[in-house]
Amino acid sequence: MYLKHALRAATALTFVATAAAHAQSITIATVNNGDMIRMQGYTDKFTEATGIDVEWVTLEENVLRQRVTTDITTKGGQFDIMTIGMYETPIWGANGWLVPLEGMSAEYDVDDILPAMCNGLSHEGTLFAAPFYGESSMVMYRTDLMEKAGLEMPDAPTWQFIREAAAAMTDRDNDINGICLRGKAGWGEGGAFITVTGNSFGARWFDEDWKPQFDQPEWNEALTFFVDMMAESGPAGYATNGFNENLSLFQQGKCGMWIDATVAASFVTNPDDSTVADKVGFALAPNSDGVDKRSNWLWAWALAIPAGTQQEDAAKQFIEWATSKDYIELVAENEGWANVPPGARTSLYENPEYQKVPFAKMTLDSILSADPNNPTVKPVPYVGIQFAAIPEFAGIATQVSQEFSAVYAGQQSVEEALEKAQAFTAEEMEAAGY
Amino acid sequence: MARAVTTRCKSLNTALAWAIRLLIFFPILWTILISFKTEAQAIASPPLFLNFNWTLENYAIVQERSDYMRFLWNSVIIAGGSTILGVIIAVPAAWAMAFVPSKRTKDILLWMLSTKMLPAVGVLYPIYLLFIRLGLLDTRGGLVVVLMLINLPIIVWMLYTYFREIPGEILEAARMDGATLKEEILYVLTPMAIPGIASTVLLNFILAWNEAFWTLNLTAVDAAPLTAFIASYSSPEGLFFAKLSAASTMAIAPILILGWFSQKQLVRGLTFGAVK
Repeated sequence: MYLKHALRAATALTFVATAAAHAQSITIATVNNGDMIRMQGYTDKFTEATGIDVEWVTLEENVLRQRVTTDITTKGGQFDIMTIGMYETPIWGANGWLVPLEGMSAEYDVDDILPAMCNGLSHEGTLFAAPFYGESSMVMYRTDLMEKAGLEMPDAPTWQFIREAAAAMTDRDNDINGICLRGKAGWGEGGAFITVTGNSFGARWFDEDWKPQFDQPEWNEALTFFVDMMAESGPAGYATNGFNENLSLFQQGKCGMWIDATVAASFVTNPDDSTVADKVGFALAPNSDGVDKRSNWLWAWALAIPAGTQQEDAAKQFIEWATSKDYIELVAENEGWANVPPGARTSLYENPEYQKVPFAKMTLDSILSADPNNPTVKPVPYVGIQFAAIPEFAGIATQVSQEFSAVYAGQQSVEEALEKAQAFTAEEMEAAGY
Repeated sequence: MARAVTTRCKSLNTALAWAIRLLIFFPILWTILISFKTEAQAIASPPLFLNFNWTLENYAIVQERSDYMRFLWNSVIIAGGSTILGVIIAVPAAWAMAFVPSKRTKDILLWMLSTKMLPAVGVLYPIYLLFIRLGLLDTRGGLVVVLMLINLPIIVWMLYTYFREIPGEILEAARMDGATLKEEILYVLTPMAIPGIASTVLLNFILAWNEAFWTLNLTAVDAAPLTAFIASYSSPEGLFFAKLSAASTMAIAPILILGWFSQKQLVRGLTFGAVK
């Protein structure tokens, strides 16, 4: 009898041990953004439904880039899913480093993903990453200060109007800056902003033969305009301001206008953190008078599967869950529609409940008006709006943005910076074989 | 009169020392203060010093989101293991250099130190590939070896300087009394160099604890130490300074406490030997 019980117990233990040994687990590398953290909180629901455990590795954006780049180029196999952006996806997809996201289920409805996002995350028509959330950039402004200045913000303003409004809203005595913009060095920080500003003045990074274009008048005009406007109406020390610094200034009521990522709209309208939550209006990113391109970018944080993972099916299952319509509804149900991951799916913007969110329409309009294949007026050989999707870009743009930041800090002139940018970029591109 | 001047001088020196101490400690103090604020208070301008509603909310959120104890345990194993392993290797090396120097000893010492000047990122790929081949990625053992190798030049240098303070005649006497090499190092040299070894251990434990390049690049889930814990709270899009400060405070607390209790040995060791 005793032996029988012991044998039963041993069999049961063996079953449990076998089940545990076979329990699948995937590791996901991600960034510490609000939407990503929220997703981590709902992971239990995914595990409950599928039996797949999820381990998160959350890192700061630049560390994450370095970490996942090292891992994917060496086939380290540390991650089953990586959070990457629109810059890396087409390059890594072309190199065969990512698993194509083909054969997704019918319920997933791939066609519902916004076309702009789909294009930006594909290479030669194959989707390599699914957008978790997408963003463009737009103008966020203080409605009360605009009214006080006796001006009305059009839905699609020009840079000339923005400059005039910024000057009118500036009140140095009360520490209010008419406009807050990124000046911080870094290709994804100030570099991204000045690139889209350049686009809206007709400037471009390269001509069709990959020759750098910083010696052209459009760049001089764009950079001079930016520097002069910021000197008139920008905050002191803006050369070191990035997204977070400007968000902080805007939330404290120290900016009349802020042009930045559409995802910031949910932060500045959140009464828990923002002192001006009920006084914020939105408009499309500006263009220069007579230039048919606006200064809005296009970006997505997307989930991709590195080639060589042992957990491809489980990883696909997770991506389907995290970027599905059901996930959006799960978040809306628990945290309200204003907190769902924006900018990825068409159906979200057709939802009457989401249409009530104040920044929903402007976000969609901004995303739809961004065209990564034609980012500026003249033709370009690259894809990307605030970047050129070539491997050399990150290094070159970081250096160029450092030169521009030195102008913002008053350490050199616009002409000097453009001359250095031209020489450096030409040298690097030549060395890279372009 | 002379005594009055001396007292005034002493008071001035004390005040100056306190001012410098406060200046150096201020960033840590500020981090600790921010960790008790709400996110809105954390970015308030002008900054709030003490007059805010203190909250433990950030600690609760960090505790809920991350398995702090797992990160802490990894830090203890990695920093402790690399330091102990380093000392075991460095004691005989430093003994040889201090008591049986060759013509090239100085050159070897300088060469060892020069390896510290190599930017870590320059050898990231070779080491990463080695780790893949040896199955050491995301293991504590792998990090113990890497951090030991990184800190080994400093350990050898520090011990070498301490050992040089010890008269060679004492070791000679031990040898004449029939002590073997092992006994000479273990029972004669080491006890005399305990203060130096203690400060070397402490300093290298702190260096290994704070190391944030290899620990971030060679770990993922299982071996991630507190540096990875802090990095997971840094955000480029969103103001989470209060939570980041809470995570930082939790990460530095153990080493602050250790430093506080061992400051006498640390200062004595540092001023007595290598860095004097």
